Amino acid sequence: MTKNPAIELRQISKAFGPVQANKDISISVMPGTIHGIIGENGAGKSTLMSILYGFYKADAGEIFVGGEKISIPDSQAAIAAGIGMVFQHFKLVENFSVLENIVLGAESGALLSPSLAKARSELAALAAEYELNVNPDAIIEDIGVGMQQRVEILKALYRKANILILDEPTGVLTPAEADQLFRILRRLREEGKTIILITHKLREIMEITDTVSVMRQGEMTATLKTKDTNPENLAELMVGRKVLLRVDKTPAQPTKSVLEIKDLNMVDDFGVQRLKNINLTVKAGEILGIAGVAGNGQSELLQVLGGYSAAKGTIKLNGSEIDLSTSVAGDGQARRALGIAHVPEDRQREGLIMDFMAWENAVFGYHREKSNQASRFFMDNNAIRKETEEKMKRFDVRPPNPKLTAKNFSGGNQQKIVLAREIERNPDLLLVGQPTRGVDIGAIEFIHQQIVALRDQGKAILLISVELDEILSLSDRVLVMFDGRVMGERLPANTNEKELGLLMAGVSEKVAQ
Amino acid sequence: MDIMPKWVDIIVVPLISLFLAAFLSALLIIAIGESPIAALNLMIEGTLFRSAGWGYMLYYTTNFIFTGLAVSVAFHAALFNIGGEGQAMIGGLGVALVCLFIPWPHWTLAILGASIAAALFGMIWAGLPAYLQAKRGSHIVITTIMFNFIAAGVLNFFLVDVLKPKGSMDPASANFPASSHLPTFQDLASLFGFEEAFRSAPANVSFFIALLACLAVWYLIWRSPLGYEIRALGKSGPAARYAGVRPVKIIMIAMMISGALCGMMAINTTQGESERLILNFTEGAGFIGIAVALMGRSHPFGVLLAALLFGFLYQGGAELALWTKIPRELIVVIQALVILFTGALSLMVRAPLESFFMSLQKAKE
Repeated sequence: MTKNPAIELRQISKAFGPVQANKDISISVMPGTIHGIIGENGAGKSTLMSILYGFYKADAGEIFVGGEKISIPDSQAAIAAGIGMVFQHFKLVENFSVLENIVLGAESGALLSPSLAKARSELAALAAEYELNVNPDAIIEDIGVGMQQRVEILKALYRKANILILDEPTGVLTPAEADQLFRILRRLREEGKTIILITHKLREIMEITDTVSVMRQGEMTATLKTKDTNPENLAELMVGRKVLLRVDKTPAQPTKSVLEIKDLNMVDDFGVQRLKNINLTVKAGEILGIAGVAGNGQSELLQVLGGYSAAKGTIKLNGSEIDLSTSVAGDGQARRALGIAHVPEDRQREGLIMDFMAWENAVFGYHREKSNQASRFFMDNNAIRKETEEKMKRFDVRPPNPKLTAKNFSGGNQQKIVLAREIERNPDLLLVGQPTRGVDIGAIEFIHQQIVALRDQGKAILLISVELDEILSLSDRVLVMFDGRVMGERLPANTNEKELGLLMAGVSEKVAQ
Repeated sequence: MDIMPKWVDIIVVPLISLFLAAFLSALLIIAIGESPIAALNLMIEGTLFRSAGWGYMLYYTTNFIFTGLAVSVAFHAALFNIGGEGQAMIGGLGVALVCLFIPWPHWTLAILGASIAAALFGMIWAGLPAYLQAKRGSHIVITTIMFNFIAAGVLNFFLVDVLKPKGSMDPASANFPASSHLPTFQDLASLFGFEEAFRSAPANVSFFIALLACLAVWYLIWRSPLGYEIRALGKSGPAARYAGVRPVKIIMIAMMISGALCGMMAINTTQGESERLILNFTEGAGFIGIAVALMGRSHPFGVLLAALLFGFLYQGGAELALWTKIPRELIVVIQALVILFTGALSLMVRAPLESFFMSLQKAKE
């Protein structure tokens, strides 16, 4: 006798206007397995999961749970069918306790205390069964991200979920926390739960899944047994062509120091100290990578260097000190004039104006430079448009149409517009934040090559990324930041993810060694 | 790619909104017991078939161009300037002071002086709320609307206690000296031998200043680095900060330009038409500027077209009030409906159009 699949999708299709987000998707996941769904941004993974969880209604297709056909008009129906979802961005009430968050929306009556008491005992049972220990009375904002994720999982289990969908669960975790999550997932699998893991990280697929489906441009291109495949093969299926997963680069030839930071301290608008005595140097011809979990001061460091946050301390560029006292907001253009270019962490919020056309974005921050001015009061729009078109061709932006609005480009092409703008100004120092976040694999390769090429021209590069793979393969030296501090320095060749992971989690230098 | 061609977005969507507004107004006219067709005929005849009708229409249009441009400039910086009314009042005060106390040898110099004074006064009046917004975070909508009331009070004080000629019972300033009077369209037409044209209509040379203002605003917004920064800040605050645009500076500048434009409306009403400063001379033009800017999509040429339309409605409404039972306030209803359809309900118009163009695209494929 064959078992029914825990969940089965047949020929699911969904279109948003002219965009076919999902096209004839069929998956079948057996109970007690971990199934991975991998694909680039915009491949349709999230749409598919939103259909499963009742956020969108499919245009066509059927869903079966445990062999029975069901319809999922809303998330209540999904929960009733035993489907639980852990979103990439947690849906927790920050100032509620763990217990209150778990009960929220699943209260059993008009009075709260019986529900809470019931939840408390069930939570204890769940914790024992799956080794999911949390303190039920802790306030969400006081516990770590890994713990918060655990609460999300418990929330789903409390609602009797048999099928657990996790959307990019490791995005905000340190490697150690991710390992912990994977242990929990394995344990859940042993207990017979079915898990669907959505990710764009090949390594995670290889590490934990039993079967994997690859999505590209709304279609399911392949479903494979994980043990029968390898990362190169999966990458090729995702992109549709062979890709280079390693960065090709020669050893760095660092010369004079370009950027010197001494005793940099920064307190934000809410009085929280974000940078604590930062000291670092970046030399010409090298890439200094800064690793760390998001929110440990890396963004603030970029903001201070980019000229839009005030700080105390000294920053020297090519030996001369930069005046930090004026940089409350709006020193960005002065910094650019000094030769600091900046590819910001969030291109859609900072790096680009999404409603501006490509050519308008191509001079953003440099719009008052002489080369972009026809006269003192007017910009030379025609020249800018023409130059942008050439730049777009050089950086392989598709389509190379300078009159297209920024929001109409894909993530990778948007990033190329930003990169083209910053690199082509021939800066002495390039600040790069999350250069490949939300960028498709094909474009990642190109962007990494551009950064290495700039280094080889003898420029200094400060790279900030939460992707350890990226830091390790691109940097010539690695610093790790935790809680606004530099925890230590390593050479990529002499370290590994585990050691960096400990530093990222704030375990001090000595213990890590 | 964008779903709809640009011309649909710019022309068809506002026109449909207008027709919807007109349709609802027609129902209202029927409810009053009049014929909407006859009303429309009357509006068109009274406005477009007589030169004096044109003269009135363009007089209103001039006001609406100034206030519409003002609201547009602020819109580009994502600021909602509801204070056009007050800024225009204070601008009128500037015009009056300059016209009353400086002996101008010729109207060409007088209009220059009055324009500068009007702009300066309006600028200061908009600058105060702008400063509160930029530095203290007080919301510009709240402060500008409160400044309207303060401006009305200030104007009242000046007219009752300072500028009113001795013995007069009317809260108004003395008449401006003749050398500061602006030529009306009638004066201009008679230069070319058409003595009868534009008879007794208030439109005057400040209309041409309004046209120049359209051109200037177009250059400012779409061609200058300052306009680029205003638009950048309006679209995304964090991105503007990243690019080294100082929000405080841009908020101040955008609002002060907006205030200056509102103030300049007074050269039309105060120097051009009444030739003295009177109470309530703005007649709500500051608020109509919001409708004009919305309908004109904050583009100077869109504003020009929308101002012409509202000028027509205003003059047509006066005709209606004169010859039928339909009150002049009906025009306010039409305005409100236009704001409703172009602003709040634009999606209602847009969504069906978008799906129409989508099906066209699909058919092509």
